[in-house]
Amino acid sequence: MRSPPIPEMATQEVQLSETLAHLKTESDTLKGKLEEERAKLHDVELHQVAEKVEGLGQFVMKTRRTLKGHGNKVLCMDWCKDKRRIVSSSQDGKVIVWDAFTTNKEHAVTMPCTWVMACAYAPSGCAVACGGLDNKCSVYPLSLDKNENLAAKKKSVAMHTNYLSACSFTNSDMQILTSSGDGTCALWDVESGQLLQSFHGHAADVLCLDLAPSETGNTFVSGGCDKKANVWDMRSGQCIQSFETHESDINNSSEADREVAIYSKESIIFGVSSVDFSLSGRLLFGGYNDYTINVWDVLKGTRVSILFGHENRVSTLRVSPDGTAFCTGSWDHTLRTWA
Amino acid sequence: MSSKMQSSGSIAQARRTVQQLRLEASIERIKVSKASSDLMRYCGEHAKNDPLLMGIPASENPFKDKKPCTVL
Repeated sequence: MRSPPIPEMATQEVQLSETLAHLKTESDTLKGKLEEERAKLHDVELHQVAEKVEGLGQFVMKTRRTLKGHGNKVLCMDWCKDKRRIVSSSQDGKVIVWDAFTTNKEHAVTMPCTWVMACAYAPSGCAVACGGLDNKCSVYPLSLDKNENLAAKKKSVAMHTNYLSACSFTNSDMQILTSSGDGTCALWDVESGQLLQSFHGHAADVLCLDLAPSETGNTFVSGGCDKKANVWDMRSGQCIQSFETHESDINNSSEADREVAIYSKESIIFGVSSVDFSLSGRLLFGGYNDYTINVWDVLKGTRVSILFGHENRVSTLRVSPDGTAFCTGSWDHTLRTWA
Repeated sequence: MSSKMQSSGSIAQARRTVQQLRLEASIERIKVSKASSDLMRYCGEHAKNDPLLMGIPASENPFKDKKPCTVL
């Protein structure tokens, strides 16, 4: 063993490795305690408790509208609070606003990048946000004047160091939550572009996020390539809870005040790219890589329906704000509304 | 990088991990049986307001129009 140049340094090195070992022991002990706690609380399965609940009958749901216009894979979509308008984004670099009742295109924006992976409608219905390979989230106010060039009013809000995977306005048009391939989520002020809070904890790309639905809710969940679903406190930036799954990636997350159901669903569903709950939470819709949509009974854990129509992978799925329909986007370049 | 710096970096990270675990350990948790009955109750209470679950008549669902709107 070589002798250190200065005796003090040797002592410090030893102290540091002792501290490190100490911390490692404490962290292992805590992990063990957490596992024990969780096991103790796992006294029963959801579907066992729900045995006496009446089963669901046959569901007849089919494509009611097909929205054609994108030149490449549809990657994301979001509903407007007016329950009829939809924004969608595509690998073709375009963001389109549709009237889902009439299938008319109301607005179209060409982004400076291809692969626009994320888009969101502002709560007021007056703007949309989008981003992707440009590593940014930009907000476009929607003009009533059809001839106006939307790109002129574009506002760059979020800046990440890797692709933008998802974005969502919070309760108002003033703040946007983003998730990124850089492993972080962030909350931004739309007007100033200021970073309000950042969320660190994922060990790899964050692929999706969803906000808790309540008015006073200050939490959201994010899912990532590290196989973790993290629940965050928006005000403090703290990770409140972390779920690990057996899935390869968590491509989509759906927050409800019902974390047990989310967790158990994550482990049942395979090859799903996007999920959303019906209004009551009883039904879970999943868009799959095998081009289908599966409808699940959340309480009983059984599949109640399988829907066909898309000619390629379903990449995005959202239930409308009043729960009367849901919309899917696909790699087959189209969007479909189902009811 | 000296081994001392490497250790300090790892220590900072280990401290963060321990802090995070302490936080998670302190969160109040309920049993799955309780959470499940809460879930069941929620679903039951909101079921009648869930159009996709209950099914609403075609006349009330704008998406179920048999004849698409035509602009004259």
